[in-house]
Amino acid sequence: MNQVPVIEANALNLTFETNDGPVHALRDVSLAINKGDFVSFIGPSGCGKTTFLRVIADLEQPTGGQVSVNGMSPEEARKARAYGYVFQAAGLYPWRTIAGNIRLPLEIMGYSKAEQRERSERVLKLVELSGFGGKYPWQLSGGMQQRASIARALAFDADILLMDEPFGALDEIVRDRLNEELLNLWKRTQKTICFVTHSIPEAVFLSTKIVVMSPRPGRITDVIDSPLPLERPLDIRDTPEFIEVAHRVRDGLRAGHGDDV
Amino acid sequence: MRRVLPVLAVAAALIGLWYLAVIPMNIHAALTDAERAGAVVTPATAKERRDAGAIGLVVKNPAQIGATFSQERPRLPTPDQVAVELWQTTVEKKITSKRSLVFHGWITLSATLLGFAIGTVAGIALAIGIVHSRVMDMSVMPWAIVSQTIPIIALAPMIIVVLYSVGVQGLLPKAVISAYLSFFPVVVGMVKGLRSPALAQLDLLKTYNTPQSSVFWKLRLPASTPYLFASLKVGIAASLIGAIVGELPTGAVRGLGARLLAGSYYGQTIQIWSALFGAAILAAALVSIIGLIERLTLRRMGLSV
Repeated sequence: MNQVPVIEANALNLTFETNDGPVHALRDVSLAINKGDFVSFIGPSGCGKTTFLRVIADLEQPTGGQVSVNGMSPEEARKARAYGYVFQAAGLYPWRTIAGNIRLPLEIMGYSKAEQRERSERVLKLVELSGFGGKYPWQLSGGMQQRASIARALAFDADILLMDEPFGALDEIVRDRLNEELLNLWKRTQKTICFVTHSIPEAVFLSTKIVVMSPRPGRITDVIDSPLPLERPLDIRDTPEFIEVAHRVRDGLRAGHGDDV
Repeated sequence: MRRVLPVLAVAAALIGLWYLAVIPMNIHAALTDAERAGAVVTPATAKERRDAGAIGLVVKNPAQIGATFSQERPRLPTPDQVAVELWQTTVEKKITSKRSLVFHGWITLSATLLGFAIGTVAGIALAIGIVHSRVMDMSVMPWAIVSQTIPIIALAPMIIVVLYSVGVQGLLPKAVISAYLSFFPVVVGMVKGLRSPALAQLDLLKTYNTPQSSVFWKLRLPASTPYLFASLKVGIAASLIGAIVGELPTGAVRGLGARLLAGSYYGQTIQIWSALFGAAILAAALVSIIGLIERLTLRRMGLSV
C-alpha cells in the first residue's frame, strides 16, 4: 500500500535574524508524515520542534525549502482550516464558558447554532468533559482546561491535529491519564497528530513515529518508526521493547548534542 | 464593620485636625468682633494684632476660642457650618431655586455626562484606530499626550470663545472641555486593553483563518473590558472637573463652578466649601455607579466571582 504523505517537508530552512546574528532555527529539515500517523517531535529547547510545527501551521514563514500540507501550501491549508492547533497553554477565553470556548471556532467558521451545540456536546464527550460545558475555565483544573482546549481543536473537522507541548505544564499523574485518553481519541478519530514534547516516555508511549531533533542549528538527527503495537496500556512502559525505543531516542538526543554536553 | 472602622477613624482624625485649624485661622476676626462688643482682648488694637502670629493670639485670648467656630464669614468654616449649609441648600431648598445646590449640581452634572459620553466614544474610537493602524499609532498618540500637558484652565476660555463665535453656547462648550479631559484615560486604557491578548491567543485565531472584524469582536473587545472600566472611573472624575472648570472663565451664573466663583467674589467661604463638597460627593457617586456597573458586567462575563 503506497501512502500519500499528509505533511511533507523538503530541505526546509528557517533563519531568524537577531541582534546577535542569525539563528538557524531549522536547517535542511526533510520529513514525510502519513495519514493517521502519530508523530512526536522531541529534543531540547531551541531544536526547532515548535518552529517546525508553526511552519506547518503557517504561523512562521520558512526562509528556504518547501512544505506541503494535504498537498497545499501551509497558507492554503490554514485557510482551508485543515488542522487544529493545541497550544502549550490552554488559552481558554475566561469570559466564555467551556462550551462557549469550544463554539468559538465554529462561530468563526459560520456553523449553524444547532450544529454548534451538537458538535460542542460531541467533543466534550470525546474528552470526557460532558456536563462541564456551562462552567467557566477558572472553575476547572489545569488538566481539564487542557482537555477543553483539545476539544476546541477537535470541534471542526480538521484531519490534522498539531499539538505543541499540550501537557508540558501538567503534573505527571494527570499527564499519564491524558496520554492514555489522547491515544484512545487518536484511534477513534483516525486523525494525523503532530505532537511536540520534552518527555521521552511520553513520546515513546504515544507515537508511531518519533522525530528526534537537536539544536544549533535545529535539525533532525533520527526518525524512529515505533515497533510497539497500537494497543498500548500504560504498563507497556515496563516492556523491553518500550525501553529499547526509549534508549534509541536518548542516544539520538545525546548524539545531537555533540560536544555541547 | 471591620472595613468601615479604619475609614471612620481616618475621617474622625481629619475632622479633628480641621476643627483645630479653624481656631488660628479665624482668631483675628473673632478678636475684632470681641473688641467691638467691648470685651478686653490682648493686644488691644486691630493694628497691633494685624501682624501678630495667629497661634500667639489664641494663647493670649483663650476666652475667644469659642467665637472662632461661629463666624459669619470665616476664613475657614467649621465642618458643621459646611454640613449645615449643604443640608440647607440641598434638602431644604426647592430644587428649582437658584440657591439650591441640587439645581447647580444638575447643571454641572448634565455637562459632565454629555462630556463623558463624547470623551468615551472619542477615546474608544481613537484607541481602535491606534491598535489597528500603525500610522495612527505613530501620529495620534503623541498628540493625545501633548493635549494633556496644556493646563485646562488656560485652554477652557479659548474653547468657549471659539465655540461662541460659531454660535455654539450653553451646555455644549462645557461638555467639550469635559470631553477633552476624559477622552485621554479612555484612549490609554483601551489601547492597553485592546492589545492585552497574548500572542498565542492571536495565533489561535489565525489558525481558524479569522477575519479582523471577528478578532476585534470576539477577542480584543472582551479582553479590554476590565481596562475600559478602570479608564471610565478616571474619565468620569476628569469629566466633572472639566465641567466645573468650563463654568469658571465665562462667569457662569449656574453650576457648581458658578457657586465657587460667586462664593469667592462675595467672600462666602461657607458657600465655596459646600460647593466643593457637593462636587466631591457627586464625583464619588459617579465613580461608585461606574464601579457598580463594572462589577455587574464582569460578573456577567464570568471575569469575577
